Amino acid sequence: MIASDHLMIAPIVIPFFAGALTLLYDERQRRAKLGIGLASCVALLIVGVELLNRTKGNGAGGGEISFYLLGDWTAPFGIVLTLDRLAATMLLLAALVALPALIYAAAGWHKQGQHFHALFQFLLMGLNGAFLTGDLFNLFVFFEVLLAASYGLVLHGSGPARVRGGLHYIAVNLAASLLFLLGVSLIYGVTGTLNMAHLAKLVPVLPEVDRPLFRLGAGLLGLAFLVKAGVWPLGFWLPSAYMAAAAPVAAVFAMLTKVGVYVILRLSMLTLAQGTAGEMATGIATGGIAPAGTTAQILVAAGMATVVFGVLGVLASQGLGRMTAHLVLVSSGTLVTMTGLALLGGGAAMLGGALYYLVASTIAIAALFLLIEPMSREEGSIAALLALTADAYGIEQPEDDATPEMGLAIPGTLTVLGLVFGACVMVLAGLPPLPGFIGKVAMLRALIGSGAVPAALGWGVVALLLLAGFATLIGLARIGIQTFWASEGAVPKVLALEIAPVIALVLGLGVMTVKGQDTLRFMEDTAQSLLTPSIYADGVLSAPSVEQETPKE
Amino acid sequence: MEIVLSLAIGVLSASGIWLLLRPRTFQVITGLCLLSYAVNLFIFSMGRLTVGAPPIMPKGGWVDPTTYADPLPQALVLTAIVISFATTALFLVVMMASRGMTGTDHVDGREADQ
Repeated sequence: MIASDHLMIAPIVIPFFAGALTLLYDERQRRAKLGIGLASCVALLIVGVELLNRTKGNGAGGGEISFYLLGDWTAPFGIVLTLDRLAATMLLLAALVALPALIYAAAGWHKQGQHFHALFQFLLMGLNGAFLTGDLFNLFVFFEVLLAASYGLVLHGSGPARVRGGLHYIAVNLAASLLFLLGVSLIYGVTGTLNMAHLAKLVPVLPEVDRPLFRLGAGLLGLAFLVKAGVWPLGFWLPSAYMAAAAPVAAVFAMLTKVGVYVILRLSMLTLAQGTAGEMATGIATGGIAPAGTTAQILVAAGMATVVFGVLGVLASQGLGRMTAHLVLVSSGTLVTMTGLALLGGGAAMLGGALYYLVASTIAIAALFLLIEPMSREEGSIAALLALTADAYGIEQPEDDATPEMGLAIPGTLTVLGLVFGACVMVLAGLPPLPGFIGKVAMLRALIGSGAVPAALGWGVVALLLLAGFATLIGLARIGIQTFWASEGAVPKVLALEIAPVIALVLGLGVMTVKGQDTLRFMEDTAQSLLTPSIYADGVLSAPSVEQETPKE
Repeated sequence: MEIVLSLAIGVLSASGIWLLLRPRTFQVITGLCLLSYAVNLFIFSMGRLTVGAPPIMPKGGWVDPTTYADPLPQALVLTAIVISFATTALFLVVMMASRGMTGTDHVDGREADQ
């Protein structure tokens, strides 16, 4: 194993050490903590780009998958990290969202409580670990790492609203974790393995008597992930928790629901998309609905219900915070629907569009979460708010905290705010030319054109997504009009440190538009390799250990 | 032995779920504790029930694996115990904070009739 192979574990190791290092500094040395955090995020971004380049490989359909055998035991006996295109995309997306959120936090939020930077890094470690792991129980461990950090972060800044929202968030997620454990242990009891690739091999040859138990385990596991993804009717905890969370925390939380979506996508593709898409479609058409069909129908129904619930929430919301939290639901609902449709045989083009939409909507939602505060700020109110939360937390304010508005204020505030807000609206509502539109067009065109999905269902999804986009436009435009056109008060004072991360995120969306074809093609290749799980499964099981590579036998 | 264990898991999870659905935070946390006990026992039982079988095999030579207990669920249950213990402790802190800030131990932070 050459040194550069070890780069694969860097997304877990970097935030782990950075987080541990920030714990050594006193709470007053925030500058040092911030420096460590920023360095870690920048390193993650660079590693993410490098790993993504590595998975591009020869570009012939499958793409390259790399493995990292922890402890040098070959799969399925040891624990394995797996990096394929989907994992690399998610790693890069996590780094892309984390860096602006941390810069935004530097404008003031990181002073509002203890251990912000350590928790932030541990959250990133859990996120990256969950994306990389190829083992169900390790997935549980990384989930718990990220959840434990998120419990701390959701309470960051304290205050009754956060504690109340946090209480529900923690209770629901603890219960979901127990379901996760039940599912994992049932699957182990039936199949005798926890390795995802090994599972993909074993499921098709499972004896008939064991199938009901396995389905029960998979169902419990799915339930746990649907809770994390905030899917209706399991996602009522989400809006209040996300709304109450501090702005930079909420921006990173936009990524957390995507972990649930990612795992559902990964596991359902590995264990269910066994036959070719065509076979499965004929299986459904002839009335003999396979378990894959049932799972797909449940996912489609739950996803569409989530979109409806999210859209109603968007229309009913009065504030931008609640609205954005409901937009998170719309986004994850759309993705869950698309996962279900892909299982029904929607094809790589549709799934590729969905992945493109995943990236675009996550970035836009994160930007919107960061915009809430500057947009709803009246002169001086933020200082009062910060002082209040600091007071509630009972921390002493050192001198540099006395003026939270210190820093460079930007000129033409309303213009800049309006432009970036408009860009976010266009992405989330799916208006051309920004990525939201490209993603939706790719999804919907493939959906109608493929013919694998029943026409009524296909058109139903099309209508729902278009209506959801329209409702999003109405809701966000209303907020925009209130803030930018109908406001009478003084122009809010916005720090450059607060607006720069948002502009960076919007620029990222711009790059996705300009490089639209390349990105979309990459996503379609990703989807193609997801739909042929044998690449992943065979690759993991044949990954050689270092001992085997050195000629000894 | 199977009957005793499954009864224990059943009773623990039934009481856990009932308590989890109650409106007071103390009931919720007790429910979560009971549920996690039930889950831990369940994980343990997934390695099949054996009496007096060691989980670790001696080094070298051929051994009959059927005379040994499955070590993996034992390792898993250890991890699960540690994690659920830690998260429950954290939940307890949030619960106390909620009680202090809102003045009530209702899970919604206010009494139902308010």
